[in-house]
Amino acid sequence: MSSKESILAAIQKNKPDLLPLPEHPEFPVEGDLVERYKSSIKSNGGQALEVSDPAEIRDYLELHFQDSQMILSLSEVVKGNYDIALAEDPHDLEHVELAILEGKWGVAENAAIWLPEESLKHRALPFIAQHLIVLLKKDRLLGNMHEVYQSINVSDSGYGVFIAGPSKTADIEQSLVIGAHGPRSMTVFLLD
Amino acid sequence: MKLPQTHADAAADFLKDTERSHWHDETLWHVRSKRDASAEKIPEWEQLRTLASQIKDHVLSNLDNLLLKFEKNAQANGIEILWAKDAQEHNEHVLRILEENQVKQLVKSKSILTEECGLNHFLEDKGYDVVDTDLGERIIQFNKQVPSHIVMPAIHLKKKEIGDIFHEHLGTDEGADDPQYLTEAARQHLRQKFIQAHAAITGVNFGIAETGGFVVCTNEGNADMGTHLADIHIACMGIEKLIPRAADLGVFLRLLARSATGQSITNYNSHFHRPRKGKKMYLILVDNGRTKQLGREDFRNSLKCIRCGACMNTCPIYRRSSGFSYNSTVPGPIGSILSPGMDLKKHSTLPFASTLCGSCSDVCPVKINIHEQLYKWRQVITKEGPSQPSKKWAMRFGGNVMSKPKLFDLMGKMARKSLSISPRGFVYNSFNAWGKHRELPEVPKESFKDWYKKNRNK
Repeated sequence: MSSKESILAAIQKNKPDLLPLPEHPEFPVEGDLVERYKSSIKSNGGQALEVSDPAEIRDYLELHFQDSQMILSLSEVVKGNYDIALAEDPHDLEHVELAILEGKWGVAENAAIWLPEESLKHRALPFIAQHLIVLLKKDRLLGNMHEVYQSINVSDSGYGVFIAGPSKTADIEQSLVIGAHGPRSMTVFLLD
Repeated sequence: MKLPQTHADAAADFLKDTERSHWHDETLWHVRSKRDASAEKIPEWEQLRTLASQIKDHVLSNLDNLLLKFEKNAQANGIEILWAKDAQEHNEHVLRILEENQVKQLVKSKSILTEECGLNHFLEDKGYDVVDTDLGERIIQFNKQVPSHIVMPAIHLKKKEIGDIFHEHLGTDEGADDPQYLTEAARQHLRQKFIQAHAAITGVNFGIAETGGFVVCTNEGNADMGTHLADIHIACMGIEKLIPRAADLGVFLRLLARSATGQSITNYNSHFHRPRKGKKMYLILVDNGRTKQLGREDFRNSLKCIRCGACMNTCPIYRRSSGFSYNSTVPGPIGSILSPGMDLKKHSTLPFASTLCGSCSDVCPVKINIHEQLYKWRQVITKEGPSQPSKKWAMRFGGNVMSKPKLFDLMGKMARKSLSISPRGFVYNSFNAWGKHRELPEVPKESFKDWYKKNRNK
């Protein structure tokens, strides 16, 4: 008997009588989703800024980054200085200073943003970059995780990720350190 | 270091370092408090726990069908599925994949299952350099230790010790113990490992039967750094980690991080469904005693565990004895009900490492009746197992006295008399384990029965 057969046989012998699978009730979220989002991402070590004009994002970039640094944007709203098409292999992204991405959905309750593979081009991009900026339209904010899973089909993409903040760790005496392996900062621009 | 045999002996060793044991206790209690604050923000928290528990009940009662569904969908996605009945077979699968793909360098993110299977040692014996990439795991790997906590693997170490470890292995400044500085050193070191790796091994937090994909959660992003740069991804998953539907993730992802550390969610929650173009993805489904535990009616609920560690952070015994005292891959209350099922003899003292206060069951996000199972394991162990002869003798003596009212009265009288006149050294000595750190209550002048006789007509 193969291992698969013996494991399945053992389960059939040992499992209890079938118990029902519960349905998911609605868990509506009330209140101002934008304010909720901003406070959630703060607790995760990131920040969210509301902008009405894309020029504000460009000002932010000018203030915090230099043109000599590798900036890769997958957004139409702001341009970077490196073309993703040049990166054939994810290893080519090793020196990306800043990645700018567009989020599909945001969750007010925990600040998570859904980024399917199509929004990343390379799966490694939001992890290997030193800093991460995500643009999200305010009307793409939902209350909680249940609402996002109702709105997406996770298997449509070969890979998808909820990112809720910068890379962080507290493995040394529970002291929070931002920038463990991935981005040292995460900024979300909430657009009208 | 050879670990002492009983939990109590090992705990006594840990408690010798008063400063460290106090810090450990307080730090974990702080994490527990953060969990409370976070849970209280969710009005439907208790409803979510009930839902999670019911979903897992269904999974266990339908595990064979769900596994087949998961396998079929995952294969259709291009994931190669392997089955392993025990740790040995799991390790051999991994080795074969590495050999077939001529992998030289590999990185690994946190997986309690691979700890359970002893994968690192197995691969190291075959000449592989296994690089753990979770910061806490890298620290203990340098220090040749195993995790002392499933979420905070290096919680037993102080930053000064970590500074010394990094000085030796990464060449950081001698005496430097700033967490920011040490983390940066690990970042630079591990980035090189990520860039060079041919294969990445990860655990699995949730396997989704309906879509044939799986979810891995981290805060550091190390699982993603590994898998997205390497050509080969090997995911190791216990068969009980399945959930039926993607929508169930809404429930579990809301519960997991809040229960673990009080965060609203881990910063990275990655959903893997297909390998990158031209790359390979393997998933190993591991039994290793789980189907046996499924057959134990009193204990099968332990398989609902989602490995958040909340029961450890709240446990008065775990906090004051540290993970190593359990000498088991999963320590703490949940480890004390899982491990006896794997090896009753080795883990026979674990179900006694509890006050049965029930706090573990209160915080469990999937509502496992942990403290009741601890009590049930005690009964199994006392019946079959090698319980201490002194305890056995005392129980038999106690049972005998309590079944005979006249004898009970006499013994009570004798005890009251002798305790009140005995010198201290006669009462508090090595035979009285209870009195080691405690004072006996003041001896009453008369029994309750005598008092009642005198007072009932007043």
